[in-house]
Amino acid sequence: MAAFANHSLPQRAPAAGLRFFIYALLALTLMVLDQRGGWLERVRYGLQAAAYPLQLAMNSPSAAWNWTTKIFEARADLQAENTRLRDANRRLRLANMRQAALEQENAQLRGLRNRLPTLAPKWLPGEVIGTESSTLRQRLTINRGATNGVHKGQAVIANDGLLGQTLRVGPWSTEIILLTDPEHAVPVQIVRNGLRTLAVGSGDPDSLTLPYLPIQADIKEGDLLVTSGLGGVFPQGYPVARVMQVRRDGSSPLAQVRAAPLAAVERDRIVAFLWFEDSHPAAPAAPATAPAGGDPSLQPLATTAPPAPVPIPAPASTSAPTPATAPPAATPPEPRPAASSPAEPRP
Amino acid sequence: MSRDSEPRGAVILTALAALGLQLLPLPEAIALFRPAFVVLAVIFWSLNRPRAGGIAVGFLTGLALDVFKGTVLGQYALATSLIAYVTIRQHLLLRNKPVLQQTLFVAVMLLLWELVIWAIDGWTGQTSAGIGRWLDVPTSVLCWPAIAALLRRTYVAR
Repeated sequence: MAAFANHSLPQRAPAAGLRFFIYALLALTLMVLDQRGGWLERVRYGLQAAAYPLQLAMNSPSAAWNWTTKIFEARADLQAENTRLRDANRRLRLANMRQAALEQENAQLRGLRNRLPTLAPKWLPGEVIGTESSTLRQRLTINRGATNGVHKGQAVIANDGLLGQTLRVGPWSTEIILLTDPEHAVPVQIVRNGLRTLAVGSGDPDSLTLPYLPIQADIKEGDLLVTSGLGGVFPQGYPVARVMQVRRDGSSPLAQVRAAPLAAVERDRIVAFLWFEDSHPAAPAAPATAPAGGDPSLQPLATTAPPAPVPIPAPASTSAPTPATAPPAATPPEPRPAASSPAEPRP
Repeated sequence: MSRDSEPRGAVILTALAALGLQLLPLPEAIALFRPAFVVLAVIFWSLNRPRAGGIAVGFLTGLALDVFKGTVLGQYALATSLIAYVTIRQHLLLRNKPVLQQTLFVAVMLLLWELVIWAIDGWTGQTSAGIGRWLDVPTSVLCWPAIAALLRRTYVAR
């Protein structure tokens, strides 16, 4: 031992210092490059690909456990689950039955010539293979990536509500940032009165904060928050959270509001990536392109007057654009795109 | 125990195992106390076989942590290679010391590691959290004697 020590002492120390200097310089360069813009996108992509096998391997015990419990589940349990699922399915079908008719009616009320396309015609389920949950970061890793068409800044939902958005996409895995991450904010709207604000993550998986509401804002416990469609990522109308606490004390001009996310941020194992139809009015409004983009057939009738010579019975002057009073159903509804629901009644 | 046969295979295996333990899904309340296995493994090899892995092991495992945790690339890499460097510099003083003193050194290293990460978090504009980030230091320190004994037995047995 002593001989070994004597041998290694003279040449060891300076070499270690030099090496550490090189590694530290490399780390600092990485940090600066990663922090300034997306210079390291390709590097990250490769590193995420390299990390995927280990993540998959470490997730496999719990996956195997789930699989085993499924195999040995009692027949009675399976039957009970089957009954429950049938009930749920029947409820959903009943709730959906008038969907097509309502969509048509909605288009007419909006004064559109065609029915609106499906808001989210494409979606992709994925499974959670890694979690990073601390007060500083709330992230999940999902086993779907660029090879599945996932891209950055895509909305991700779980069973009961919005979960977050994609942050870093690798070839086979994607890191998503949860609503509850302290760096994440989602533009929301109170369903009851349409009041818009931001819901910011708190670092706690069970709560969001609404820090920008004045003390006299009309908000109370139990209010449902949905996405407002602003901000360019999330479309309008997806449920986000329910207000659980409103505190107004005189010391601050802002109300202190906390809300509980509807998605089970900690427990959901299956999530879904969504793709949106850009021409839909509820699609996320990208600030620059939203007014210009869109299918012309979905513009209100009054603004596309030339191709639609519909008789206007009212004696009103033609200069008044009144889309709401345009005659309904100027053209028959188009057949819906491929993603239509199987139980679609004829209107 | 010849000097030419460094246990590189064992180093890679323990590094992978430590990273795996870091990834193992745990409930959040327990995950806060999850020992920093990667740091313990890096300290062990830097202390006992400073040539087997060297600072590179610290850098690479740290980089892997950066990817897993979604932090700015280089944050954990810098912190972990610093730990490897300091331990390699001090390994002659420490490696024949009793377990208690080694454990004390490990505690200081873990605090240094967390401190570097905390500082870089602050530099990159992450909101600083409360006590949560320091909770793994005591559990790691408690784990050290057992992990060191286990690893020493396996690599001395080779």
